[in-house]
Amino acid sequence: MALLTAAAPGSTKPTVRRRRAGVVVLRRAASLPRGRFGLAVIGFIVAVAVLGPFLAPHSDTASIVAPFAKPSRSALLGGDELGRDVLSRVLNGGWVLLAMAATAMALGVAIGSASGIAAAYLRGRWDTVIMRTVDVVLAFPQLVFALLLVSIVGPTVWLTVLAVGFSHAPQVARVMRSAALDVSERDFVKAVELLGVKRRKIMAKEILPNLISPLMVESGLRMTYSVVIIAGLSFLGFGQPPPAPNWGTMINENRIGLVLNPWAVIVPAALIALLTIGINTWTDAVARVAIGIDREAETATMLEMPAVEGEL
Amino acid sequence: MSSRRSGARAPHPIVKLLVQRVALGVVTLWVVSVVIFAATQVLPGNAAIAILGHSATPSAVHALEHQLHLNRSVLVQYGSWISGILGGHPGTSLVNGMPVWSIVGPAAANSATLVGLSGVIGSVVGVTLGAVVALRKDSLLDHTTSVLALAVTALPEFVVAIAMIIMFATVVWAVLPAVSMVPPGTQAWAEPRELILPVATLVVVIVPYIFRMTRAATVEALASDYAEMARLKGLPTWRVLAVHALPNAIAPVVQVIGLSFLYLAGGIVVVEFVFAFPGIGSSLVSAVDNRDVPTIQMIVLVLAGFYVFVNIVTDVVALLATPRRRQPR
Repeated sequence: MALLTAAAPGSTKPTVRRRRAGVVVLRRAASLPRGRFGLAVIGFIVAVAVLGPFLAPHSDTASIVAPFAKPSRSALLGGDELGRDVLSRVLNGGWVLLAMAATAMALGVAIGSASGIAAAYLRGRWDTVIMRTVDVVLAFPQLVFALLLVSIVGPTVWLTVLAVGFSHAPQVARVMRSAALDVSERDFVKAVELLGVKRRKIMAKEILPNLISPLMVESGLRMTYSVVIIAGLSFLGFGQPPPAPNWGTMINENRIGLVLNPWAVIVPAALIALLTIGINTWTDAVARVAIGIDREAETATMLEMPAVEGEL
Repeated sequence: MSSRRSGARAPHPIVKLLVQRVALGVVTLWVVSVVIFAATQVLPGNAAIAILGHSATPSAVHALEHQLHLNRSVLVQYGSWISGILGGHPGTSLVNGMPVWSIVGPAAANSATLVGLSGVIGSVVGVTLGAVVALRKDSLLDHTTSVLALAVTALPEFVVAIAMIIMFATVVWAVLPAVSMVPPGTQAWAEPRELILPVATLVVVIVPYIFRMTRAATVEALASDYAEMARLKGLPTWRVLAVHALPNAIAPVVQVIGLSFLYLAGGIVVVEFVFAFPGIGSSLVSAVDNRDVPTIQMIVLVLAGFYVFVNIVTDVVALLATPRRRQPR
């Protein structure tokens, strides 16, 4: 894949110590206007989600106004379907979503990178088995795969995280495999092999550190999809069980009262939208820096950019 | 296309590719069916215990297992399931006892209408927009649409759908139906008004991908030597674009359109749910809700089949659209 083979050499410039390569990319991404915008938006949403529970003026489960009451002094964003304070529920309903999405992302990136690197480095039977498994999982839309798993295990928070994380893995594996294929062929890997270093150690200590750039881009993309899918599952009613406030759940609960108090829907929807836009813009900045693309030669990278993949 | 005729004597590379891909597709589908079956039948542990509870006596569990055919081997269970599907009798719904096919069939037709309309409209809009913007590279229009596309790409479908409902069906203007009331027995295409918002949502979701790819591919083609040559010959811009640049930009565009159709297969789940549109997406959600295993299995299999089909079509069309790759080597 052009995107990643182009990315890898940049991260191994002899002048830049390996461990620093990732930091350099992040710093340069943060200096781009779109990177700065993305970071600011992510920062705002994370602040709302993390500080929110301490700032909420009311309980998130107590009914304090009439159902779908208009905004008033006692409830600044009005009431929801049961007359609960929308503002308090919004402030309380973000951190679980964020934590779930981040965990699922980390899980998917970890499983995907491990299997992608193993497939690329070990080749042979391992490669075949891993990549055929990837093909099978990729024969479903990601949300449908997650739904299939949820239908088996039931909508429990940590099982949902496992299901979503697992559904990320094939995409990550594919990208990391093609990046690792190139690195595995390099001389320094051959040299370490001659020294008799164990294969597991070579993959972890020699190959992985050279894949920091694609890894960062993948993490950003998977984070966007994590939020989309986990919020989507909550929206469909397969998230946290009812009394818990959750931005995805709130949109679904309150949309029947859209005409009476639109804020109960607009605010959580806008927060989810901002979050995904922020992560995607930041990831775009990281990708631009990591790949060193200029606007002229975008096609090759865009075909490979998982941002244009079909899976949800 | 002329290419089909050009290689008619020997087995044409495209025919070869088609045969290969169809064979691979059948194998994939078979493996997928095993996975679906294993996931829904074997993993949950003992269904009889799940129904009766852990305090049930062993003999009661045994009796129910017998009734549900759980005492037969897994292979036999899989065999009867898959032969039922192949024979057109994929079992009955656990919720209402109706044949699964009578639920999934009409729903699949409705979903196909939705996916087809959205895919075609989205492709036309995305390609046109991409080509037009590519001609005005680095203009204000270019920068604005780039940023917009980047933002919209990130949006979950349900957020777009809710925004549509707020704009056109409830709060701002109430001109369109917020839910798609398609009476049972009628098909979705007979109710065009109900289709507008779901289709518009899906179009908004896929256009940015197609737009970005078309723009990038066209910009690259316009920057090439042959496009420069054509311009130097004094050809009008539209001719350079339509005759020289676009045909060479078509392969990546075809691929991204294929990916968009795949995306739609997942996107319908949420969009149909939002608009209560009677398709397989909303059927899947309610089947998962009710743990209606035969219906879930059928719908997931249908979606996987659609995936395999779209992948084959995309590969073949992309190959047909790439002149230098369609000659036998």
